[in-house]
Amino acid sequence: MSVLTRTPAPLDRRRISRLQGKARYAPSLATVGLFLAMFAVGAAMYPGFLSGQVFLNLLIDNTFLIVLAVGMTFVILTGGIDLSVGSVVALSMMIAAALLQAGWNPFAVILLVLLTGAVFGLAMGAVIQVFEIQPFIVTLAGLFLARGLCYVISVDSITVTDPFFTSMAQARIPLADKLFVSPGVVIALLVVAVAFYVLHQTRFGRTVYAIGGGESSALLMGLAVPRTKILVYGISGLCSAIAGILFSFYSLSGYSLAATGLELDAIAAVVVGGTLLTGGYGYVLGSLAGVLVLGIVQTFISYEGTLSSWWTRIVIGALLLAFILLQKLFTRKVRLT
Amino acid sequence: MSALLRHRLTWPVLALVLLLLLNQLFRADFLSVRIQDGHLYGSLIDILRNGAPTILIALGMTLVIASRGIDLSVGAVAAIAGAISCMYIYSSPDPSSWQTAAMGVTIAVVAGLALGLWNGFLVSVIGIQPIIATLVLMTAGRGLAQLVTDGQIISVSNDSYQAIGAGFFLGLPIAILIAAGAFGVAGLLTRRTALGTLIEAVGINPVASRLAGIDARTITWTVYVFSGLCAAVAGLMISSNVTAADANNAGLYIEMDAILAVVIGGTSLAGGRYSLVGTLVGALIIQTLTTTVYTLGVPPEATLVFKALVVIIVCLLQSSRARTLFRQRRRPVTEQSQVKVAI
Repeated sequence: MSVLTRTPAPLDRRRISRLQGKARYAPSLATVGLFLAMFAVGAAMYPGFLSGQVFLNLLIDNTFLIVLAVGMTFVILTGGIDLSVGSVVALSMMIAAALLQAGWNPFAVILLVLLTGAVFGLAMGAVIQVFEIQPFIVTLAGLFLARGLCYVISVDSITVTDPFFTSMAQARIPLADKLFVSPGVVIALLVVAVAFYVLHQTRFGRTVYAIGGGESSALLMGLAVPRTKILVYGISGLCSAIAGILFSFYSLSGYSLAATGLELDAIAAVVVGGTLLTGGYGYVLGSLAGVLVLGIVQTFISYEGTLSSWWTRIVIGALLLAFILLQKLFTRKVRLT
Repeated sequence: MSALLRHRLTWPVLALVLLLLLNQLFRADFLSVRIQDGHLYGSLIDILRNGAPTILIALGMTLVIASRGIDLSVGAVAAIAGAISCMYIYSSPDPSSWQTAAMGVTIAVVAGLALGLWNGFLVSVIGIQPIIATLVLMTAGRGLAQLVTDGQIISVSNDSYQAIGAGFFLGLPIAILIAAGAFGVAGLLTRRTALGTLIEAVGINPVASRLAGIDARTITWTVYVFSGLCAAVAGLMISSNVTAADANNAGLYIEMDAILAVVIGGTSLAGGRYSLVGTLVGALIIQTLTTTVYTLGVPPEATLVFKALVVIIVCLLQSSRARTLFRQRRRPVTEQSQVKVAI
């Protein structure tokens, strides 16, 4: 019934991808190449840039962005978008900080925060799917709601003094030769690994790609389209909550204005990582590379003392544009009649 | 009566009236407008004056959305416009003369037009999805504004410049007059000529309208330029009202307010038919909602929660699925669903 009443897709110019065979790795490989090139330029320009710890610091400083980009990859692969992630990160931090201040057990707090994030995402997904409203506008409402709830919890910054959280903030996991990472990096990389497995080795992951490739076709193939579409927003919400916890480990506080505009960084990382915004093509490892590219831009600007912090935003905007134009090159127009 | 109920402006107007009455219940002098120092004063005037930037941006956004697009960069464009004009006035040799203000305003408006041209170029010539194309400027725009102001909040003291956002003319705030003027011009241009119909045609089906001989590319390009212009003027109002340019916070989230105003006004995000009057009512509802939160004594921080709830309710009411469910309850077989199949 619902299939019949839906207006059939117009037979206009459809985008057919050139990304067949090995070529489908090209956008993500371009990102890795860009990262290596930037690292090489940095090493040539600044003494001390070429060290393992500079690379590891990229991971340490961007743990939450890595996790956010993973969740965003799922959503964008289905052709959707999630604008609420930055606000959900802030909300998670606020909930965690407020409950810890009230003397809750840290593990119960983490569990509750993760649950809240996942339910928040699932609710948005359900509205998108059931009422057929554009993901853009629903997650925009989610952005407002989560940010507003932050203010309702507290307008002031709440400091986290819980021993578990502070120990996670200070803990360093030593690697070989005086190199170290934070526990957050391990969690973030674990999330990437799980996402990689889910996207490439499970039926759910294949359905995600199928929806991005063509929702009607996926529906006609008998794939569980509605359930999957709701679940990807749940995953994005869960990832935002994990990112919120990681951000708490990093900053040891909860603040209503934290993580503003983080959704733009996450989307930029995914696009720079080679995922097509129309959905269907992209890799979670590409998004990881995308985050590293954004991170190295930041590192460059901090190394180059004369450049001001706002250049970060301008460069990220320029990179976003460059990769969107690159995506246009990889897809071509074919007239279907 | 049923025709009145079905009219798409009925519900937004009703919501606005209810909101105003609710305020009147809590504050007896809410609806009164008095004259003080030759100016009109009162909460209603405040709503209009504070809502003027949102009205302007929503006006441009309406035409963009009608052409099946969206412009996320308006907040950033507003910040850039404010930054440019304030920086020009600040660094000019004669920072308090009206000529300086006029020059600053002109440069900022030209910048707004240029940024609109850029967005329109990405959408209509390169063919990037509107959300993504304008996302680029949304991301980079605040950085550009900070680049202009060198990361500082630039304060200016220029009476002529201040008049744009805070001045009065014939007893009415100038910001309202500018917004009303833009509204009138846009209304005349799109409704007294074929332009409005052409924009709707592009929004409903770009390919069909191109085949019908409409220059869809130019139309799309034009609406983004108009949106950039509206955003620039709104940015001037915002910065003039506080006599300073704040690259980070000027026009923050205003794109969301504008989109919300358009949606409340009954223009579908899927493009096509639009209503400028609906957008006006929508923008006023949002501004009144903000005022109501203050009047009710709810902490102002909760405004965002209210807005979110309004977006969700309005979207649910507008979604075809909810309407179908509603209709099916009343009439099991509807002509509407048959028409849909025929399409």
